[in-house]
Amino acid sequence: MANNFNSADIGAFKNVWVFCEQRQGSMMPTSYELISEGRKLADELGVELHGILLGDDVDGLAKELGGYGADKVYVYNSPLLKNYTTDAYTKVICDAAMEFKPEIFLVGASNIGRDLAPRVAARLHTGLCADCTHLDVDLNGYIEFLKTGSSLNLEGTKFESKLFDVNTNLKMTRPAFGGHLMATIVCPRFRPAMATVRPGVMKKRPFDAAKAEAVEIIHPAFELTAEDMKTEVLEVVKSAKKLVDLIGADIIVSVGAGISKDVQTGLKLAQELADELGGVVGASRAAVDAGYITADHQVGQTGKTVHPKVYVALGISGAIQHKAGMQDSELIIAVNKAENAPIFEVADYGICGDLFKVVPQLIESIRAEKAAK
Amino acid sequence: MKILVTVKQVPDTSGKVAVNPDGTLNRASMQTIINPDDMNAIEAALALKDELGCKVVAVTMGPFAAESMLRELMAMGVDESVLISGREFGGSDTYATSQIVAAGLDTYGIDEDDIILCGRQAIDGDTAQVGPQIAEKLHLPQVTYASEIKKEGNTLFIKRELEDGYMTVKVQTPCVITCVKELNTPRYMSVLGTEECYDKPMIVYDYPALQNHALIEPDTIGLKGSPTNIFKSFTPPMKGAGQMLEGDGKETTDKLAGILAAKHII
Repeated sequence: MANNFNSADIGAFKNVWVFCEQRQGSMMPTSYELISEGRKLADELGVELHGILLGDDVDGLAKELGGYGADKVYVYNSPLLKNYTTDAYTKVICDAAMEFKPEIFLVGASNIGRDLAPRVAARLHTGLCADCTHLDVDLNGYIEFLKTGSSLNLEGTKFESKLFDVNTNLKMTRPAFGGHLMATIVCPRFRPAMATVRPGVMKKRPFDAAKAEAVEIIHPAFELTAEDMKTEVLEVVKSAKKLVDLIGADIIVSVGAGISKDVQTGLKLAQELADELGGVVGASRAAVDAGYITADHQVGQTGKTVHPKVYVALGISGAIQHKAGMQDSELIIAVNKAENAPIFEVADYGICGDLFKVVPQLIESIRAEKAAK
Repeated sequence: MKILVTVKQVPDTSGKVAVNPDGTLNRASMQTIINPDDMNAIEAALALKDELGCKVVAVTMGPFAAESMLRELMAMGVDESVLISGREFGGSDTYATSQIVAAGLDTYGIDEDDIILCGRQAIDGDTAQVGPQIAEKLHLPQVTYASEIKKEGNTLFIKRELEDGYMTVKVQTPCVITCVKELNTPRYMSVLGTEECYDKPMIVYDYPALQNHALIEPDTIGLKGSPTNIFKSFTPPMKGAGQMLEGDGKETTDKLAGILAAKHII
């Protein structure tokens, strides 16, 4: 099979694939986001959307993928696939891709997806674009996206290419250079065009119960033995502390380098304000790098992209990668001592002041407002 | 036994970044630094060297100017460096880069008890792709996001970070490990090191040195050998400025709380 496979024979490839990541038998929420986005791309191409699901006895997870838009789900069950390992997952997925030849393959940019996708792309000899935040097949849709998603002057921009069909090739947009630049990447000469997609960026479609019932579940034959696996997972440990669910949060109160004066108090104030608003605590890269708070709280380029209803930035100057990670929040409030801090450029409401003074007052004001209701 | 560490010289994107009118990065105006995650890979290698007395080799692909970075690393304690440099290698995406770096590593020689360490990702692209792709090209096992590395003979026990916890993974040498910053705190150059670094060997692999390697073909390296191409690059739009509330006293926070209440947030 592998001997006949030619990733450059692009006409032989059809349909959109999504790697549906499960951990310990639970589907990762990003899988639903990717299925939803994959549905859009499949519709633009007029092809089917297929999920690919690996695990041990995971058939029960397949239907729900149908509810978000999958036409078919390829399920690969084996005790050897219970825990993620690079070798086993890469082998099964590459063999499947060589057999069924998808033209687009999306993978969530989780710590597992970012381990798997590059290895798969290297084996298949195809291109992979990392951490995409926007995907288009349709050129008009892409141009519409650029109108609000870029600072490009579209009047002077040419979109035609002599080298490939700009209307059918996947256009993969991602931040680069710490979010200072955006780049749209294409993979015109090889298939599948592969992308990892940042968790939390793509919107989940409404669940369609009828589509969930209609999804076709397929169990293709596959070969995998223990000898294929050169790494062994000895244990999987869930973090004792609750995972900071920044992506799903409606309200985020983030701290930056501005808490350096008194880190303990700064964090306590942020937590108190978050509790008062019913939200969670996030952080800028500077605060994480300084060791004030753990990396799972980080918002921004190498952290997470968030779009909560309310985002409160405390002592965050607003490096461009941080702004890129939070500027789509519905309401942004910023407190910073520096009047010219870039964070105020994206804030709906700004207060120029010391967070150690402003936040306790704000908590009091909120309590008073609540009491008055 | 030796440890090969892949490193990259990158523009410092943490500070001000200059963008050309055509939407490309104005690299000339920017400071270059050693990629931060690569420093953790170097430190992990040097710590193993302190413990086991093995040789540490830094390997990079880039322009000749990357020599300064390699000298710095040798001043920290790296024994030898390899600079892969050639016009033919320019414009490579992650696929083509991994093809070339894998050829360089293989040409240098990878023994049964060797370890290849990489940083998790480089801050210019943030892709985290080259490490796993090098591993694939060399047919070696990989463990990414390593926050702890323990070695017993030729067996490594790696704590691999997940978003919701971690895995402990067992792997045999030779293998590729990518390192996260939680792994360690990189050391500084020593005074003695800065004196010695210019006497340590730096091997240069140009295109002729690698062209006979099986991984090096005109259609697998450089711009031509890159499966991905940049279609457009642009700067993101910035949201328009909102309203600055006057003052920082209680009346200001009362006003803000009033706005939050009016918007049914509280």
